[in-house]
Amino acid sequence: MAFAVILVAIVIISVLFHFLSPWQATPLASNWGSIDTTITITLVITGIFFVAIVLFMAYCVYKYQVIPGRRSEYKPENKKLEWWLISITTLAICGLLAPGLVVYNDFVHVPPNAVEFEAVGEQWRWSYRLPGDDKKFGRTSVRLMDDRNSFGIDPDDKAGQDDILVAGNQMHLLVNQPTKVLLRSKDVLHDFYVPEFRAKMDLVPGQVTYFWFTPTVPGTFDILCAEYCGIGHYNMRGQVVVDKAQDYEEWLSQQITFADVLTGGTVEGLVEQGQRLAASRGCLACHSIDGGPSLGPGWLNLSGSEESLIDGSKVLVDADYLIESIVDPAVKLVAGYPPVMVAYEFSDEQLDSLVAYIDSLSSDDLSQPSTQPTED
Amino acid sequence: MLAQTTSMPLTGDPSDIARRSASAKTGLYFLMAAISSMFFLFLLSYILRSQVSDWEALSEPWQPLAGTWQLWINTALLLVASISFEMARRDIDRPQQSNTRQFLWLAGLSSLGFLIGQLVFWRYLMDRGFLATTNPANAFFFLLTGLHALHIVGGMVAWTVASRRLSAISQEAGSKSVALAKLSIELCARYSHFLLVVWMLLFALLSSSPGTYAAIARFCGFGE
Amino acid sequence: MAYADDAEHEELHEPTSFISKYVWSQDHKVIAIQYSLIAIFVGLVALVLSAMMRMQIGFPESIDMDSTEYYQAMTMHGMIMVIYLLTALFLGGFGNYLIPLMVGARDMVFPFVNMLSVWFYLLSVLVLLASFFVPGGPTGAGWTLYPPQAITQGTPGAEWGIILMLVSLIIFIVAATMGGLNYVTTVLQARTHGMTMFRMPLTVWGIFVATILALLAFPALFVSGIMMLLDTTIGTSFFMPDMFSPNQGTALDYTGGSPILFQHLFWFFGHPEVYIVALPAFGLVSDLISVHARRSIFGYRMMVWAIVVIGVLSFVVWAHHMYVSGMNPYFGFFFAVTTLVIAVPTALKVYNWLLTLWRGNIHLTVPMLFSLAFIVTFLVGGLTGLFLGNVVVDIPLSDTYFVVAHFHMVMGVAPVLVVFGSIYHWYPKITGRMLHDGIGKLHFWITFLGTYLIYFPMHYLGFLGMPRRYYAWEGYQVINPESAQSLNAFITVMAIIVGISQLLFLFNMVYSYFKGKPSGGNPWKATSLEWLTPETPPKHGNWGPSLPVVHRWAYDYGVPGAALDYTPQTTSGEEVPIHESDHNE
Repeated sequence: MAFAVILVAIVIISVLFHFLSPWQATPLASNWGSIDTTITITLVITGIFFVAIVLFMAYCVYKYQVIPGRRSEYKPENKKLEWWLISITTLAICGLLAPGLVVYNDFVHVPPNAVEFEAVGEQWRWSYRLPGDDKKFGRTSVRLMDDRNSFGIDPDDKAGQDDILVAGNQMHLLVNQPTKVLLRSKDVLHDFYVPEFRAKMDLVPGQVTYFWFTPTVPGTFDILCAEYCGIGHYNMRGQVVVDKAQDYEEWLSQQITFADVLTGGTVEGLVEQGQRLAASRGCLACHSIDGGPSLGPGWLNLSGSEESLIDGSKVLVDADYLIESIVDPAVKLVAGYPPVMVAYEFSDEQLDSLVAYIDSLSSDDLSQPSTQPTED
Repeated sequence: MLAQTTSMPLTGDPSDIARRSASAKTGLYFLMAAISSMFFLFLLSYILRSQVSDWEALSEPWQPLAGTWQLWINTALLLVASISFEMARRDIDRPQQSNTRQFLWLAGLSSLGFLIGQLVFWRYLMDRGFLATTNPANAFFFLLTGLHALHIVGGMVAWTVASRRLSAISQEAGSKSVALAKLSIELCARYSHFLLVVWMLLFALLSSSPGTYAAIARFCGFGE
Repeated sequence: MAYADDAEHEELHEPTSFISKYVWSQDHKVIAIQYSLIAIFVGLVALVLSAMMRMQIGFPESIDMDSTEYYQAMTMHGMIMVIYLLTALFLGGFGNYLIPLMVGARDMVFPFVNMLSVWFYLLSVLVLLASFFVPGGPTGAGWTLYPPQAITQGTPGAEWGIILMLVSLIIFIVAATMGGLNYVTTVLQARTHGMTMFRMPLTVWGIFVATILALLAFPALFVSGIMMLLDTTIGTSFFMPDMFSPNQGTALDYTGGSPILFQHLFWFFGHPEVYIVALPAFGLVSDLISVHARRSIFGYRMMVWAIVVIGVLSFVVWAHHMYVSGMNPYFGFFFAVTTLVIAVPTALKVYNWLLTLWRGNIHLTVPMLFSLAFIVTFLVGGLTGLFLGNVVVDIPLSDTYFVVAHFHMVMGVAPVLVVFGSIYHWYPKITGRMLHDGIGKLHFWITFLGTYLIYFPMHYLGFLGMPRRYYAWEGYQVINPESAQSLNAFITVMAIIVGISQLLFLFNMVYSYFKGKPSGGNPWKATSLEWLTPETPPKHGNWGPSLPVVHRWAYDYGVPGAALDYTPQTTSGEEVPIHESDHNE
């Protein structure tokens, strides 16, 4: 009896939980309402089976509880009943499958008026590229990537010259514009997932994958990496900003092209060079520059401060310490951070520029104690 | 409840051996199924990987399998091994097992010859700079031939068991020891036929032309 | 030829010393216990790892764990539970103990190979555990070990941990193959007089088909493991693509490899693996339900065919794990159809378990409670599988907590409930004593309700969009961290309670071994052969001087006209009429 009651309670609580739970899908912000519909259909059909089966079980447990001396019925088979059950199940399965496949057919067919942009993933950040006026992306190769050409675009490919590069973690899209995302990874698997858009797809190094959607609601949305990509996976942050036409045009006009990158930037200060390196080599994936939480020690006001190491000692953050921590990070481990950084290879000039950049992030009164500025 | 069970023989008799033989053969079939599954999956991976542009088929003129006479010699050795096992298996039913021992020795020696031949070919490849890391096709070649050779080594272990059982016959001269030796040789024979077929498939695929790979890939749905 | 005799009598000398009896034993029952104890031990390691992960998720302030350790715990938890606990326990443990007893054999057909199997298994476990002590620690690549990430910088254990993991898996596959050859051959060749295939208990059918799946599917893991091992040790490019290394600032030496090829191979193994765990559970639970409901299993032949059909179909559904992997999107249509088709035979099994209860005489013993709980849990896991199998519904849900909840329900909790039920059921045969009933019931209620409260709400974190394999969620507005965090804290509390309650089970096992009520040979009044051995626990050789002879199937409960409500398989047709035409051919 108790068991039957608990089975009924499980059904009631599960159904109530479904309707009362505050944890439901995020508000939709794309054209994929049809995906939500298929989820609803699936919930209804599976819900009916769940309720019916568990209630039937509760009834059996209640009705046929042991009575000493009673014999169970000896009827090992009922072909007709079994075929009926198979047929009903098959029908229900078709009810799930048919709408699902219809919507999936839309998902795999990109509409002809879709515009393209490329999202590039690497451990553990995002960058983006637009094809520019010619609507064609330039060829890319990982062998062409360096700190000046973090997208690896072939400089000899004409189609690449007008490609618009967005180096920050934030991408802007035009509202109500069908959009095809081309996905490219520089290192390992990642996954471009914006919960409000419903759709997602993996980035696979060595190939370009894609999917499409139409953003329908202006606003700012988080991109979550949904394919495990190493220790910083949970921290691979990005954002999509969906703009109305005017805002979008304004944003677009501020972006630089690959040609700008190739021609400009030959004369730059040490700090600017360090800033560019920090972005292109992925330092900023783990070291925040605004005082926010990050995987490794943040760089804001770092230079000149004192860090506590895991062995309990303290160390003054000066140029030598910073350089040592970049080229051989395992030697002095700062307490409170996982020992996950691998050794980086930089030229002496690059190291100086990085130190200069980190120094520039400290306010003056703090950086004073760092008596010996870098001189090598 | 056990009162109604019939009494079963507890000592070895012909049905005993028959039972053992049937079990061993069933086990061998499932082992061969598992090995087939492994090689099949390797070959599928091989085909899929061959469709990437960095692939240089081993049969290209500048690649080692443009001429394959060494591998044909090894194939012949393996064929001799297989035939010898088969002859040994057939011969053991004759009185005094006249030539079984000789056939078994021939089988063992030619299997060993095959292994040495494969090693020689490995050396030849490495000397000419065809390393596993230089091209994925080379890596597959070393991997597949190496695994196949390991299975031959497993067969050689079974071969030593068969040889020991065959020697045991002359000492005991019992029908049971003959049956045991026969079972061992039968199992060896089947296994060696199987590995011969696997080798021929590997050989054929490894030395095929890029066009063949592309055709198979298209057939499997991987094609571009 | 389909009956057993004493073919292996030479190897069946009763062992005398402790060493030959319990260490280098070739007796299937001792090997089964060795397998089970090793599996339960590593399972406990994995349980502790999961508790650590849950603390990090629910109460991050209370535990000193960095993301490296979190991902290592996550990886080892998953790998141990799926491979080293469940696979080993169902095939090596239950398969070894029950197959010879249920088909009326004196032992496995290759006892020496069987012994090698358990020693290889132990070796694989030792290699796996060794990875906790190498520089860099165990691999944190996720249990799926996807390249390139599994073997590159940025993933914990990329130097040594991953190598030991792959080596351990390869040894495990050798062990599983040696065991598997034994199980299938024993079923096919060593059945006693009268034990036709269609008189075998469903337990044997489940383990038999699962073993065939294992023999054909494990090679896929072997193939991918070997190739990844070569990629990481000597630098081949089977799976490794052209890729950039941020810390070196240049491209790595790899070219052209295909990470998706690895995923295909992995899931060609990985999906049958689900059924390698599930089919034995189906079989065992069918027997438990029939015995404790005192009713013949409903639709025996359909149950057998369902097992076989599920086994076959499980080889053509693997890519439903890869809908968003970047593979050719048109594959999605095919795999969605095959995946949903497999629900039909699976649903039929659920119906038949329920129809076995219908008009039965249900004893709510501890094994029966676990069996009924299995049906509920498996039902939820199976139905949520219909979400993830249907390609377009999977797209928003894949890689979220919905997936975590689904597979823990369907292949974590559900099979483990069967394991518990089966141990409560067969413990009297193994030891001669009953497990303590009160402790058993307490253990049951905490485990069943606790796991339901863990995993049912977890689906809703998936609807919310919360991605799995996240060490922390700070700063992501989209997943509404406050309310989600409170649910996560609740789940953690339940998980810790369920985890600790397993001590009840361990205590019961030890306590009852010494103090349990003596059980006699057939405490549940069951019909199948393992309950009819002359001694309990069965002696070496199982059957005394003569083998049992089988006259009927294993499910004759409540046969009209019989004196008892159960009719053992060895009872002849003259004593109690045989109704096989009703349910058999």
